Amino acid sequence: MISEVIPSLLHSVPVDDTWITFDVNSFTQNFWSSTFDGLTFGAIYALVALGYTLVYGVLNLINFAHSEVFITGCYGVFFTLSALNFGPSAPRLAFWAIVGNLVLALIVAIIASALMAVIVERVAYKPLRQRKAPRLAFLITAIGVSFAIQYTIYWWRGPSPEAALTMFRPAAIFDVFGTIVDSQQVVIVIAAIILMIATDQFIRRSRTGRGIRAVAQDPDTATLMGVNKEKIIVTTFIIGGILAGAAALFYVMKIPSGVQYNGGFILGVKAFAAAVLGGIGNVRGALLGGLLIGLIGNYGQVLLGSSQWTDVVAFVVLVLVLIVRPEGVLGSSLGKSKA
Amino acid sequence: MYRKKVISAMAAAATLGMLVAGCANQTAPSGTETSGASGRINIPSISKVDVPAAAVLPAGDGKGTCPSTTTLAYAGAETGPNAQLGINIFNGIQLAINQHNAANPGCQVQFKKFDTEGDPNKATGPVTQIVSEPDIIGVVGLPFSGESKATGNIFEQKGLVHITPSATNPSLTKNGWTTFFRALGNDAVQGPAAAKFLTDKLQAKKVYLVQDDSDYGIGLGTTTSQALGSAMVGSDKVVTGQKDFSAVISKIMNAKADTVYYAGYYAEGAPFDQQLVAKGFTGSFVGPDGVKDDQFIKLAGDASSNSYFTCPCIPGELIPSFETEYKKLANAEPGTYSIEGYDAVTVLLSGIDKGKQSRADLLSWVKSYDADGLSKHYKWDSTGELATPDVYGYKVENGKIVPIGVIGK
Amino acid sequence: MSTTDGPTLIPDDASAQEIADREAKMRRRKGWFPGLSDRWNALPRQTQWLILIVVVVLAYLLPILNPPLITTEPGNNWQIALAQMSVYALVAVGLNVVVGYAGLLDLGYVAFFALGSYTAAMFTSPDSPYVHIPYLWTLPLAMAVAMFFGVVLGVPTLRLRGDYLAIVTLGFGEIVRILATIIPAMKGQVGFQNVGHPPGTDSSGQPIFLNSSGTPWYWLTLTIIIVVLLAAGNLERSRVGRAWIAIREDEDAAEIMGVPTFKYKVWAFAIGASVGGLSGALFAGQVGFVNNQKFDIATSILFVAAVVMGGTGNKVGAVLGGSLVAYIPLRFTAIAEFKYLIFGAALVIIMIFRPGGLLPARQSLLAYGRLAYNKLKGAMGDIPASGKVVLEPGKGSGNE
Repeated sequence: MISEVIPSLLHSVPVDDTWITFDVNSFTQNFWSSTFDGLTFGAIYALVALGYTLVYGVLNLINFAHSEVFITGCYGVFFTLSALNFGPSAPRLAFWAIVGNLVLALIVAIIASALMAVIVERVAYKPLRQRKAPRLAFLITAIGVSFAIQYTIYWWRGPSPEAALTMFRPAAIFDVFGTIVDSQQVVIVIAAIILMIATDQFIRRSRTGRGIRAVAQDPDTATLMGVNKEKIIVTTFIIGGILAGAAALFYVMKIPSGVQYNGGFILGVKAFAAAVLGGIGNVRGALLGGLLIGLIGNYGQVLLGSSQWTDVVAFVVLVLVLIVRPEGVLGSSLGKSKA
Repeated sequence: MYRKKVISAMAAAATLGMLVAGCANQTAPSGTETSGASGRINIPSISKVDVPAAAVLPAGDGKGTCPSTTTLAYAGAETGPNAQLGINIFNGIQLAINQHNAANPGCQVQFKKFDTEGDPNKATGPVTQIVSEPDIIGVVGLPFSGESKATGNIFEQKGLVHITPSATNPSLTKNGWTTFFRALGNDAVQGPAAAKFLTDKLQAKKVYLVQDDSDYGIGLGTTTSQALGSAMVGSDKVVTGQKDFSAVISKIMNAKADTVYYAGYYAEGAPFDQQLVAKGFTGSFVGPDGVKDDQFIKLAGDASSNSYFTCPCIPGELIPSFETEYKKLANAEPGTYSIEGYDAVTVLLSGIDKGKQSRADLLSWVKSYDADGLSKHYKWDSTGELATPDVYGYKVENGKIVPIGVIGK
Repeated sequence: MSTTDGPTLIPDDASAQEIADREAKMRRRKGWFPGLSDRWNALPRQTQWLILIVVVVLAYLLPILNPPLITTEPGNNWQIALAQMSVYALVAVGLNVVVGYAGLLDLGYVAFFALGSYTAAMFTSPDSPYVHIPYLWTLPLAMAVAMFFGVVLGVPTLRLRGDYLAIVTLGFGEIVRILATIIPAMKGQVGFQNVGHPPGTDSSGQPIFLNSSGTPWYWLTLTIIIVVLLAAGNLERSRVGRAWIAIREDEDAAEIMGVPTFKYKVWAFAIGASVGGLSGALFAGQVGFVNNQKFDIATSILFVAAVVMGGTGNKVGAVLGGSLVAYIPLRFTAIAEFKYLIFGAALVIIMIFRPGGLLPARQSLLAYGRLAYNKLKGAMGDIPASGKVVLEPGKGSGNE
């Protein structure tokens, strides 16, 4: 029997040459638009990735609940802007009124996310740290907290996404080879990069930043040198929360109907991938990784012909990069980054 | 100190960006040409909703009697990513059961819900539980094609009748199951009707077809693209849960399509349409019954005004009496498939009132059923497929979904 | 010292005292079942076997007993729930080899589960155009296919350390799932219907193994679990198992002591993958339907949660953790809105109160352990009665 089965098995291996095609024409046609959109989304990934990277640098753990910190920020944006009468259609407000409202939404989002980050730290991580639990235990409480937060939101707001919120109507600013760059893309990318630079400088130059680096490098020695480790850990979570809150505003700006109970999960996974791609624990790596993940996914999508490929291409590139550079593109860790 | 820095930096950035935005606010994005811009066909809505005069209602004649253990069940998503459709359905069922029990003091039918999360892998447990509870004599469900495929044989083994309010994969009726009934037209009915609607009524010359990766989207996308023929200038696939459609949109813009047909559900369709319009697309957006939902308007906002829908159902959810009663119960507008759930359970309830109170009796009752419901005429062929129902067209007008009449058979 | 060299630890009085202290401390720290595993280890082999037989018989009787309160009804059929729990338990046993023994964090284990499911589906379902073979043949085939991909994935990536490996495996899991959507032959969400099942019909002519009858599937899976547990136990005590634990505790030290770490890591990956493929094939048969909906990241992370919750590195713990992870949502199906809330809270609470998992694995002598304990006991009266030498976890193996 086997002698019959094996050849027929081999014969029946699913070979179908139509499922993967390279559409170079579409790639060149859509190159610039995918670049700009990729950068915009990449900037959002990068902001979320920073949260992963900082916590990883300090505690050496993957904070799987960070996506819920992010989605809390999205709800902060949603409730603030709803209260300010923003809705599905772009509001007809004076320019400064819009800016004022958005800044208000940003502040609320930042507070909400930072608060949630601290709650996550207190509920999921601190008790385990006190009990000197093995590393993997943290992973599980993170997942548990993540489930609990998602389904609390679910219980409260239901399964559907919240109504769309349009902040302003994106307008063309300039064009590159016939492809329009609009105000939304510019706002998101520039603001995200400014935030990244601010974070980078903060980690490098400030007293707290030095504390963070010290704990990342060697928690015990840092404690001996007078660094309050617990305080540094909470601060790290707060910074991650602040950046996630900012990312939340940009995310809702880009995807007006993206506020949903489980809306953060996939984005979180990709942001984490971005952090690893750049070199986890490395602040600049997170920026680079985020932009790369955004770009690569979009390029893959237009080259291979459908959105289904976005994540496949992004992850394949991630795997390949890690094989060549096992510690990510920029490598190194938070503690070792030069001051 | 740090936070101050962040916020001021952010404010500066936002200012910079929006300054430019403000200046350019008046000029709509140009540079990419889209045909069919202002020449969008205006199809008038029909003012009168034709409620079937003889529609069977759950209340019946009020004289039904049945044992107090008589139970009907809903099996389908209550949680999980596609929970909203399930909630729409079981609220419709709950409404019908409430109306029935209020009108028939002698027959208080119990209603049980079983959660499958819409996941075929999780559906066998609840469904086996249903068939093993002898009091359950009829089921509405399962809503999705995948889970229906995974569990149809279990109903078949135990001779328990089940009416799906929303699973539209054509292959479901080809399994030889005698207990499976479908309360709506399948994809093979809607696809060609949609294609005809696009090319005739909307006079679309360049249709771009986008489908999601669900069983439903794939089936509908295939039948529609076959019927569209050369009017289709391109197609793309998106994935369930996708939020960012920029790459698809730039392809659509580059193809200079005048109409987009989206085969999938509103959860992706709404943000897709919204982002499409935000990028300057001026053509029409057409979706099937999975997109035709008030949630679509809620999620797509202003952008939804370019939208049309096709649906193998008569606009029953626009019947005022149903709408107000539903709102009272669910605290929400009736959604996609609410009316199918309502009608499906009404078929079962009318059988119970007629004394068909065992699984076998109720099954043969459904087999020989021939009457109007709120949303369409219900009469099934031997495989459980409805006699070809009319396909209606809808459009969005002033933030409401309004019918525009029959578009195909 | 590497554990591959066997025990060289001859405690003097002071270190014996230290060990006793540490033991006592550990016993205090464990909240719920104080000294359970100590007492277990102190039992004579025969008594252990006797207790095990009773437990196994009870496990086999579970679907018939349908114990109130524990049962998942009325939301979910209890026998089916048991069948699904047993599949999760098997998954956890397989993943425990990778995560628990060798210490490789694999977040994409669901990929192997998916490969197993698809193998079973594509060679038995009438929806598949390919050659059809009897269902039971697909079990070894699924193991082979999953093992093959385990090696293919493992060889280039196992040089990565720690969490870099985690993200690569997670990416691999996603790639497999999405390819199942893209490649037409794997039929995406449309899926494969009527996946095969083992032969046999009951007296009324109905097949015994149906997707609506959980009990036979449960018994089949339980039997396989017992076989796999016995195999895993032997592996654990073999040279391979000791090498894995050395790698987990300190990879560099193991390498220096002459353990070919890369080879053993690939072994762990391949063996884990094959068990994953086996459980996937069982799951496909039990559900009778395979499409791309089950194999997402969330499921994959739950698998890891099962292993860690049971007690990383403890195979019996893995069985417990796997069943529990499947059980909690099934148990609360009747209150569907809250089931994942309860699940999340349960994960947090269990891990906070039992940071090492429900049945924490402890470092102990693996090969000839009992013999060594007895010798030590005979030689020195004051060694703790638990008869257990605890090597310091984490550091000990590299220093001596």
